[in-house]
Amino acid sequence: MEREPGAAGVRRALGRRLEAVLASRSEANAVFDILAVLQSEDQEEIQEAVRTCSRLFGALLERGELFVGQLPSEEMVMTGSRGAARKYKVWMRHRYHSCGNRLGELLGHPSFQVKELALGALMKFVQLEGAHPLEKPKWEGNYLFPRELFKLVVGGLLSPEEDQSLLLSQFREYLDYDDTRYHTMQAAVQAVARVTGQHPEVPPAFWNNTFTLLSAVSLPRQEPTVSSFYVKRTELRDTWKVAHLKEHRKAFQTMWLSFLKHKLPLSLYKKVLLITHDTILPQLAQPSLMIDFLTRACDLGGALSLLALNGLFILIHKHNLEYPDFYRKLYGLLDPSVFHVKYRARFFHLADLFLSSSHLPAYLVAAFAKRLARLALTAPPEALLMVLPFICNLLRRHPACRVLVAGAWGSCPLTALLPQALQRHYHPEVSKAASVINQALSVPEVSIAPLLELTAYEIFERDLKKKGSEPVPLEFIPAQGLLGRPGELCAQHFTLS
Amino acid sequence: RTQTLLKEYKERDKSNVFRDKRFGEYNSSMSPEEKMMKRFALEQQRHHEKKSIYNLNEDEELTHYGQSLADIEKHNDIVDSDSDAEDRGALSAELTAAHFGGGGGLLHKKTQQEGEEQGQAKSRKELIEELIAKSKQEKRERQAQREDALELTEKLDQDWKEIQTLLSHKTPKAENRDKKEKPKPDAYDMMVRELGFEMKAQPSNRMKTEAELAKEEQERLKKLEAERLRRMLGKDEDENVKKPKHTSADDLNDGFMLDKDDRRLLSYKDGKMNVEEDGQEEQSKEASDPESNEEEGDSSGREDTEESDSPESHSDLESNIESEEENEKPAEEQQQAPGRGLTSGKERAGKAARDELPYMFAAPESYEELRSLLLGRSMEEQLLVVERIQKCNHPSLAEGNKAKLEKLFGFLLEYVGDLATDDPPDLRVIDKLVVHLYNLCQMFPGSASDAVRFVLRDAMHEMEEVIETKGRATLPGLDVLVYLKITRLLFPTSDFWHPVVTPALVCLSQLLTKCPILSLQDVVKGLFVCCLFLEYVALSQRFIPELINFLLGILYIATPNKASQGSTLVHPFRALGKNSELLVVSDREDVATWQQSSLSLRWASGLRAPTSTEANHIRLSCLAVGLALLKRCVLMYGSLPSFHAIMGPLRALLTDHLADCSHPQELQELCQSTLTEMESQKQLCRPLTCEKSKPVPLKLFTPRLVMNSQPQVIHPPWPSNYRCEPQHPAKKVIFVKVVML
Repeated sequence: MEREPGAAGVRRALGRRLEAVLASRSEANAVFDILAVLQSEDQEEIQEAVRTCSRLFGALLERGELFVGQLPSEEMVMTGSRGAARKYKVWMRHRYHSCGNRLGELLGHPSFQVKELALGALMKFVQLEGAHPLEKPKWEGNYLFPRELFKLVVGGLLSPEEDQSLLLSQFREYLDYDDTRYHTMQAAVQAVARVTGQHPEVPPAFWNNTFTLLSAVSLPRQEPTVSSFYVKRTELRDTWKVAHLKEHRKAFQTMWLSFLKHKLPLSLYKKVLLITHDTILPQLAQPSLMIDFLTRACDLGGALSLLALNGLFILIHKHNLEYPDFYRKLYGLLDPSVFHVKYRARFFHLADLFLSSSHLPAYLVAAFAKRLARLALTAPPEALLMVLPFICNLLRRHPACRVLVAGAWGSCPLTALLPQALQRHYHPEVSKAASVINQALSVPEVSIAPLLELTAYEIFERDLKKKGSEPVPLEFIPAQGLLGRPGELCAQHFTLS
Repeated sequence: RTQTLLKEYKERDKSNVFRDKRFGEYNSSMSPEEKMMKRFALEQQRHHEKKSIYNLNEDEELTHYGQSLADIEKHNDIVDSDSDAEDRGALSAELTAAHFGGGGGLLHKKTQQEGEEQGQAKSRKELIEELIAKSKQEKRERQAQREDALELTEKLDQDWKEIQTLLSHKTPKAENRDKKEKPKPDAYDMMVRELGFEMKAQPSNRMKTEAELAKEEQERLKKLEAERLRRMLGKDEDENVKKPKHTSADDLNDGFMLDKDDRRLLSYKDGKMNVEEDGQEEQSKEASDPESNEEEGDSSGREDTEESDSPESHSDLESNIESEEENEKPAEEQQQAPGRGLTSGKERAGKAARDELPYMFAAPESYEELRSLLLGRSMEEQLLVVERIQKCNHPSLAEGNKAKLEKLFGFLLEYVGDLATDDPPDLRVIDKLVVHLYNLCQMFPGSASDAVRFVLRDAMHEMEEVIETKGRATLPGLDVLVYLKITRLLFPTSDFWHPVVTPALVCLSQLLTKCPILSLQDVVKGLFVCCLFLEYVALSQRFIPELINFLLGILYIATPNKASQGSTLVHPFRALGKNSELLVVSDREDVATWQQSSLSLRWASGLRAPTSTEANHIRLSCLAVGLALLKRCVLMYGSLPSFHAIMGPLRALLTDHLADCSHPQELQELCQSTLTEMESQKQLCRPLTCEKSKPVPLKLFTPRLVMNSQPQVIHPPWPSNYRCEPQHPAKKVIFVKVVML
């Protein structure tokens, strides 16, 4: 193939080849020239080649110039004595096949433009192949979908080597169609099985890609009245699985479970758990199957446990799951760091939810109240302002627990003592909040929702804004120096020199 | 004239019929005595009706009738309804006597008057004219007298004002300004008065004895302490009614009072030097002390500085006028400066550096201005400059000075922050500037507190930004620590709520909870914050959870990991990892050579590559401070009901420390004593533990009675239930109440 310099030259050359191949079967060998450019090092040339291939095979698919049916091997056909037309079709089908494989490889190309083009070309082939199937229908109304080609696409997307999140976000648009979504779910299960089978240590990139793809899948809430198919169909048959939401749900469930049964990186656990309660659980056919994953996550500790507990709570609450260890695990999460972690607001929001039932046994609530009170001794003011009303709410909900405060058991219980210490807290608001516990708790519960996200900075700002009307009180002992008078702490332990 | 002459004229050609309508005049059956009584009664009645509407006092006077001449005069006046209004009440008895040709009692006069009017119409005219002339003359005299009196009082007032300035040294400035508008009194007068007043002023201002002063001071402090206690308990938190501020103590609140205070102290100066404990005195002392030190053994140094002060105090008026003029004409400033220099001209000629400092400073309008004034000068000069700025711009000197000095506080604060962030930080200057900050703060509490709040907000804002972007903060520079310390010095930190201190407390809490301890420098900073925090609550004895956490962390990082396993650690410390053994000293030799010493605040701004021995010594010092603070906490919180729950983890770690015998002797002892202290608290807090919460009063359901015009029909809600137990009348009553509710 004569080369003209530059991308424009390549384009012209490829254009000529394309015309030639489409014009006459005798020029078919020019396809090799086009496919050769697909292997090029130059990014621009590849892009031109991808475009050309897309047009070439698109046209051939529409014309029906590709062999339909189980593809025989090339040598067999060539040596055979069947008609030239069949030979040509088989040969061309083999070229189409190799082109598809190469495009699949190009999904992992370093350049995003190439990837994008390759994906576009492949999806075009999927659409055309669906409309003009390359396999013979086994019976009347048989549902045909280019599964092999589509597997290639999904396999390329779920690359174990590199992050495909950008390409996956391009792929999202295809997930709006019922058929592509359905087949994506199936292909993903196969891809996960294949990769985990091949690699003893699955690279995290694969998990991330898979998660990105999986989380992008979202089922319609109700059975759609009109199915939207990516592959144009002339008729819609009831026997097709792809037309039923139930089947979609099954596929969805298989997909997630096959993904979650593996040992995922910790960061992924978090991502999965974050969408569990509102994205995954409601769309599963049998939500309680998630329990394995959730219990495993529950044992990981910290924020993950909390999130897992949230999932478990939904299962218990809505799906009648029995999980006796639930409150034990929640209790286990209460350690001093709970006031300092980033997910503090979420934790107490959920804890409030978990403990909201008034049917919980009093001993259990008492245990929580006591534990929280004890932990409050190490909490910063912003957490105290939240946790003190929290404890008060617990006592309000469960009047039986008030003995903890009232001291009816003879000796004064710890829970009563701790708020007493906090009544002497340096911050006036905390001190006030702590003294509420001593007052009548008959008043209705205080919503802690606005207190959950309270930060120290907000308290600071609030204190700054609050201005006393009287003149600012001043220190009456005159200052003598930076460190203060000799007897004071700073002067005792620090020097200026 | 219209009332006298015109009347005469009108009546001239008229032959009136005079009808005597006097009560009982022609009734012969009545005795004159009776007549008189009746008439008088009528008179009284009429007069009462007419006047009482306007004059409430009249009643009282009626009861006093006949008792005094003044009363009679008044009645007289009322009777003469045709007499001049101006002359009311001034018509003397003598005059009336002349008019009516004498006569005994009041009522006699009256009858006679009428009789005369009837009989001698001609001679009356003359008489009246005479009378008029007389009364006019009298009027004139009175007027003159009044004018005289007015003039005199005015004069007296003026004099008093001047005396006042000298007597009590009250804002002569304001007075001066007023005087400007008036015609200037001539020099001689002024001098005479001044001399006179000066002499008079002395004795009135008796110097208080030392004992009296001490007592006053003590009382002032007592009062302030009571005030502080009240605020600490947050008593007036919810009360909107504020008690008047303790003005007597804070008489520095406004420039006026301060000025008075200031002057008084200056006048005392000659007599007593060291009794004063007032802020102003402190300031001048503080300021002058380094000067005298600077003058290397120059014995007259101290005197000099005083002398440079004293002329001001002696010739108040003069110097004030001077400076006022200067304010008006800045061009003359240069000329005036040497003039002022004269007053301090007795200083040694050798001190060139000091002499070069201008004596007048305009208040800086921007921070850069102040910075350029202070930068590059020695500490003493900087302090002098600041002092002079304050003196030249005293609020009593000119209208806008208050605002200028208020700004100066903000600039000084900024300057202090800059000094603290310098490398190395100029802590000595800050140490001295703090005194100025205190004084300015006393003068302008409002703006000073705003300025402090502003720098705190800045610091917190910066930290919050770092936390948002990185997820965690680093301990801020020395400037923030210095600001927090200054807050402690300027404001009472024991208040239940305080507009500056409460935010500062939150700020301290943030420093202890949000900033991971990554280096030895962080440890020093952290310990300083702890010290500050404890100082903040030293009086109020309030509980600081963060501080306990932090000290626990300090103890933890001073213990080898394997020894301290099992203790729970709280943010910002981590149980394992790079910095979990930050304070562990393994070098035996360094342990042996360590001497207990205070931590240097300089280390907080950066440790310049200390040798390993130095670093180890610092580590041990840090631990020593940490332990000392812990001991302090133990003593302070011993009375807390949940003391042992709070101190539990600390106790475990302390025991570990004791078990590990690698610490120097002092530290071992400190550990031991802290531990003993902790354990001895146990017995103390036992009886406290059985504190019961106050019983909650049962809610009383009083029926709410709704006043309805229609009679309320009571429908029994549970008929079955009701019918079941008709034998309980009590039930019925309760039920009725419920329905009414």
